[in-house]
Amino acid sequence: MASAVSIRGLRKAFGPRSVLDGIDLEIAPGEFVALLGRSGCGKSTLLRILAGLDRQVDGTAEVPGTVSIAFQQPRLLPWRKVWRNIALGLNKPNGHAIALKALEEVRLADHADAWPLTLSGGEAQRVSLARALVREPDVLLLDEPFGALDALTRLAMHHLVEDLWARHRPAVLLVTHDVDEALLLADRILVLDEGRIVAAHHVDLPRPRRRASVVEQRTRVLADLGVDVETAA
Amino acid sequence: MLSLGRWRETTATDYLDVRRFFTIWASLTHVLRSPVIPVVALSLARKPALQLRWISPVALVLLWQLASSTGVLSPEKLASPLTVLESAGELIADGQLGEAFVVSLGRVFLGFVIGGTIGVALGLASGLSRWGETLLDPPVQMLRTLPHLGLIPLFILWFGIGEEPKLALVASGVAFPLYLNLHAGIRQTDPGLVEAARVLGYSRFERIVHVVLPSAVPQTLVGLRIALGTAWLSLIVGEQINADAGLGFLINNAREFLRTDVVVVGLVVYALLGLTTDALVRLLERKVLRWQAR
Repeated sequence: MASAVSIRGLRKAFGPRSVLDGIDLEIAPGEFVALLGRSGCGKSTLLRILAGLDRQVDGTAEVPGTVSIAFQQPRLLPWRKVWRNIALGLNKPNGHAIALKALEEVRLADHADAWPLTLSGGEAQRVSLARALVREPDVLLLDEPFGALDALTRLAMHHLVEDLWARHRPAVLLVTHDVDEALLLADRILVLDEGRIVAAHHVDLPRPRRRASVVEQRTRVLADLGVDVETAA
Repeated sequence: MLSLGRWRETTATDYLDVRRFFTIWASLTHVLRSPVIPVVALSLARKPALQLRWISPVALVLLWQLASSTGVLSPEKLASPLTVLESAGELIADGQLGEAFVVSLGRVFLGFVIGGTIGVALGLASGLSRWGETLLDPPVQMLRTLPHLGLIPLFILWFGIGEEPKLALVASGVAFPLYLNLHAGIRQTDPGLVEAARVLGYSRFERIVHVVLPSAVPQTLVGLRIALGTAWLSLIVGEQINADAGLGFLINNAREFLRTDVVVVGLVVYALLGLTTDALVRLLERKVLRWQAR
């Protein structure tokens, strides 16, 4: 089966500074990949390239199917009602019905006619997820979508994302700096450092995962990020 | 842009200073430890009821009437409020005011439509296209530094002394604030929203209609309010040019016969018209900007 994402020898530089320095990556259809790294390691740049927002690169980054994205900020249009935010750009005649169904999946059907600015941060982020999924993407890009949420909302969102992924089965590339989040959700974890993929971990733990089950692997992933928990603790 | 300053100024509430004065007074009397005065002062220091704000304007009108009645203020300088009211009644009854009102309103309307069309067309062209901005923005930015009321001599030479120079004056007063604010509004669009729309598959047309233009609306409404204020100001100045009808004609005619009462009536109507159009824009704002969390 063809890859959902196929990246070969990808390089990107801003002036003299090299942000991505030779990335090779294949993501299988339906695979959930988490991309971990410190701030400025190039993970957001990689995501922007896959989203088609940055085309001036060396090497190839192919995404044959449809791409959709959810950002750290929900980026909803404040002057369009919630359901319109989801239906816009779809170009389907029954946009309202489709939007309502998508809102039901994120348990916000009763907010269909609300203005986005009246939503809480978590609600807005759920709308943003519904908006991304309603396009039935082959590849779903998640750019730290839980970064701005409080801890409790984040936990609920983890379950929701796993649930939606299991139902729609897009290939997911989740950019995050939260190791636990990556371990709870991903099939494969990539560690990005100074523009290169320096480590890859397959997470074969059964789902739904609990925190205790991921502890052992957590230590190894953290070591790749340069964090020594054994001595730090 | 002169009028931008004017709008900002009017938002200052002088009554805050009155409160501060009473607060200082209250603390002063407190220091004096007089048993009675602090109680009075403190009750004054509390925020006065909104309806009390009528006291001083009404007092001023009464004072004006008193000065007129006692002969301190001669009717040739300024007619008394009662005379003004009376003349207003007469002017309304014999249809003069209504006629002048319709003529002036028509001038503002037509001038506004012309200037608005030009301002919006140029603003859209330079806001939505890089080439448009490169070619249009420099000359418009240069021209807007000209005080448009100073163009009257040129307008008279170009258009004569009929309706055209008056319309041109109103139109030029409207076009610039609308252009500037629409252009700025479009440029302020959040690039994050445009990016999201691109990834989510909006066409260029959809991005303009659903992302760029709506985000320019609040700033454009600011421009609309400034434009309407300038439109009335331009009309008042424009109607000084050989008007044979309209409120300006009414006022100038009255001046020749020393009818200060009619002059005041004309001025009051100008003021009411300005207030009305401003209120209409506020109403529009409330309707169009419903999505803003308040």
